[in-house]
Amino acid sequence: MASSSTSVTTVAVRRTLAGHGPDWRGIVFGLLLLGSLVATLGILVTLLADQLVRGIPVYQERGLDFLTSRLSSNPATAGIGQGIVGSIIMGILVAILCFPLGILTAVYLEEYAPDNRVTRFINVNIRNLAGVPSIVYGLLGLTVFVAFFAFLGFPNNGRNIIAGALTLTALILPIVIITSAEALRAVPRSLREGGYGVGASRWQVTRKLVLPAARSGILTGTILALARALGETAPLLLAGAILGTFSSPGGLESILTGPYTVLPMTVYDWSRKPQEEFRELTSAAIIALLLITVSFNALAVLLRNRYQKQ
Amino acid sequence: MATAMAPDGPRTLNGSPARRTREALIGRAFFVAALVSVIITVFIIFTVLEQAVEFVLSVDLSQLVAQGWFPRRGMFDIATLVIGTLMVTAIAMLIAGPIGLLSAIYLAEYASARIRGIVKPILEILAGIPSVVLGFFALTFINPNVVQALVPGAKGFNLAAAAIAVGILTIPLVATISEDSMKAVPLALREASYGLGARRVTTATRVVVPAAVSGIVAAIILGISRAVGETMVVAIAAGASGGSLRSVNPFEPGQTMTAAMAALATGSDQVAGDTSAFKSLFFIGLLLFVITLVLNMVGDAFVRRVRRAY
Amino acid sequence: MIEDARTPKGDPVTTDTQTPATREVRIGADAIEAGANRAIVEDMAALPSAVSLRDVNLYYGSFRAVRDVTIDIPKNRITAIIGPSGCGKSTLIRSINRMNDLIPSARVEGEMLFQGENVYADYVDPVEVRRRIGMVFQKPNPFPKSIHDNIAFGPRVNGARGNLDNLVESCLRRAAIWDEVKDKLGESGLALSGGQQQRLCIARAIATEPDMILMDEPCSSLDPRSTLQIEELMAELKEKYTIVIVTHNMQQAARASDFTVFLNMDDDRAGYVVEQGPTAQIFTNPTNQMTEDYVSGRFG
Repeated sequence: MASSSTSVTTVAVRRTLAGHGPDWRGIVFGLLLLGSLVATLGILVTLLADQLVRGIPVYQERGLDFLTSRLSSNPATAGIGQGIVGSIIMGILVAILCFPLGILTAVYLEEYAPDNRVTRFINVNIRNLAGVPSIVYGLLGLTVFVAFFAFLGFPNNGRNIIAGALTLTALILPIVIITSAEALRAVPRSLREGGYGVGASRWQVTRKLVLPAARSGILTGTILALARALGETAPLLLAGAILGTFSSPGGLESILTGPYTVLPMTVYDWSRKPQEEFRELTSAAIIALLLITVSFNALAVLLRNRYQKQ
Repeated sequence: MATAMAPDGPRTLNGSPARRTREALIGRAFFVAALVSVIITVFIIFTVLEQAVEFVLSVDLSQLVAQGWFPRRGMFDIATLVIGTLMVTAIAMLIAGPIGLLSAIYLAEYASARIRGIVKPILEILAGIPSVVLGFFALTFINPNVVQALVPGAKGFNLAAAAIAVGILTIPLVATISEDSMKAVPLALREASYGLGARRVTTATRVVVPAAVSGIVAAIILGISRAVGETMVVAIAAGASGGSLRSVNPFEPGQTMTAAMAALATGSDQVAGDTSAFKSLFFIGLLLFVITLVLNMVGDAFVRRVRRAY
Repeated sequence: MIEDARTPKGDPVTTDTQTPATREVRIGADAIEAGANRAIVEDMAALPSAVSLRDVNLYYGSFRAVRDVTIDIPKNRITAIIGPSGCGKSTLIRSINRMNDLIPSARVEGEMLFQGENVYADYVDPVEVRRRIGMVFQKPNPFPKSIHDNIAFGPRVNGARGNLDNLVESCLRRAAIWDEVKDKLGESGLALSGGQQQRLCIARAIATEPDMILMDEPCSSLDPRSTLQIEELMAELKEKYTIVIVTHNMQQAARASDFTVFLNMDDDRAGYVVEQGPTAQIFTNPTNQMTEDYVSGRFG
């Protein structure tokens, strides 16, 4: 009764199982995928190579002098010294202002907050803030922080590095909160239950059990957020970093309350200059900036890998 | 069994009052910390809103539909900026969308652990590159070597080069979110597909991607939001800091909403706060805030759908 | 018989499980033959109760998990709570030490008296309740700290200062694990085997000198030998502590406990008490047909 056209021979079965020739669709698709990865890699390599090629001669010629000189309209003497100092201070200030506030907010949201409308509103609000463009935070910095210092009579119309740090703090605060909250959420419930079970209070459980367990995740998140803050320019354009040259008498007070700049701002400034010499200075400054941000990112990735291995 | 003692007996379960008040205070302090994020949003909205409204009231509505955006000459054609933003975003997503998505598929479905260990850090490095660096790269490399090579008539500053760089910036975001949502698809679905004899390409494109579509849509939307909010790349590479005519040609200098804000901030009238030009800064800021807010809320809604599904 | 060695009162409850019918006969026969073991059916009415529940209803939001529970848990005895999966045994036991407070939608109605005080009264600090009523969980969950610090953690968060080495040693001894860990008190508690970890958790629970220990299926993730060790431990511990153990292992309930509460649920999935009484009676001569069906393995 079986029709001869579908007789089940071993040959026919084997051919069906082995397929009908090479899988063209799969091959093309695989090539596409590989291609996009290669493209991404290629772009990154090109970018880095381009900057290195342009910028390394500056270090070869001027070396340490470039790192310590101040800004100048003369390309032969201009350096990133002020930018580096500004970035270092900015980093310290942002860390002090942002991390405790962000981590404690995350602790509240994950360990303390009841599941009601207020909590949900705060959560939604933080997620929205995380997506606001950085330049809008510059508006905030200008009208609130800079104006605040100007109102108090600070020099330079209130445009000081503290106002800038407050602006950047507002910018990365949502990110710190979100990543810290995720790290806290990853701590298993059984750990908390063990703590509560022996009569520990909520703060004791949080401080002695949950936070130590979430430490790596929180650290990774905060380091990445700080790296982001160190690379930001747009908000500081509005909130007062100086474009162009300036000088300050030195000393802690003038550093904190006087004019300032940061490394990415220096890059922006020099990139707008028409002279050809400033092109290579820009690349040299970019090399320094990339060293800073990439090492922060690498540190965070290393920490995360170590944590995952535990 | 002896019955329990009368409820008016001794009270021993009340614990230490000092401990209870301390716990309550700590909880309340955390709540205040969490409110800071709400306060930030309130500040952003109010400061931006107030000045934006003043701007709208202070200009003649005809100025809002002018030939171009030349704030210092009193021409405030919003359409110019919006078109500029749209062009940059569209070109950027043409790059970031496919490359990001294909990279994500490769990472989620094809890559061995070793390759993933190489590629993911590369994506993270790319994500950590400050936008000023990419802006300079767009100006000095992408423009001469890519845009002007393909389109000989393109100017030294143009939106297309900037848009390509913005696309590069956005690749990691799209790739990461897409990959996360694909990894969230349960193994069981893939196993079912393979078990039926499907090849990898079929499983990836017909099973995993459709299952992860919420996350992929979220990735695209959030990528768009990022591209819309990018400032420094356009500020450096697209020129037109004085203003630009309304145009749909991406191979000429142009401005986006964000770059216009940056230009206003770096102009000579940044200190004087009362000119219409300065106040237009807030008007654009408000527009930008609203657009990205909507994009982010929609994107987050899709991300939540991914989480709920699995 | 192994059973004799482990049940101090010589309670001849057999754990043989050849077939339900055979077992029933043997239980009955042994009970009759053992004769004058009046300890089988202690005068439970004379025992003081550590915890009394009166008309307790437990809710998660609008879902009632436990319905109209009225039981007395005798002091210094081992009480087993048995019943099929999902009938609310864990919910019930976790409401005694207010662990369910951690679940936002959990709600308690009724009266729960611990040594005369209503555990849910307004003035009560749940933290203090949990110090007085310890808990051992289904899966051992030692802290990621040293063995010493695992034990010391409870007393310290409750205000103990100074050197706690003596307390740590005493707790580890009472939990029958001292000899195995005395040389490695500084090592992580997570490096121990499953059975050892659970005994560590028991030691941790008694470090705060509670009056009562709640155990939520403490042996379900352990191998039989560790299970036996813990049951022996329980028998020793009941001299000082009241023990309540939730178990879905009926043989364990039969051989290890003095008093048993049988919980079941209807279609509304709310658990209710079918029967409570001395273990020997529940397993050899239950008053309720459903109890007899359950203990003889006809369902559950």
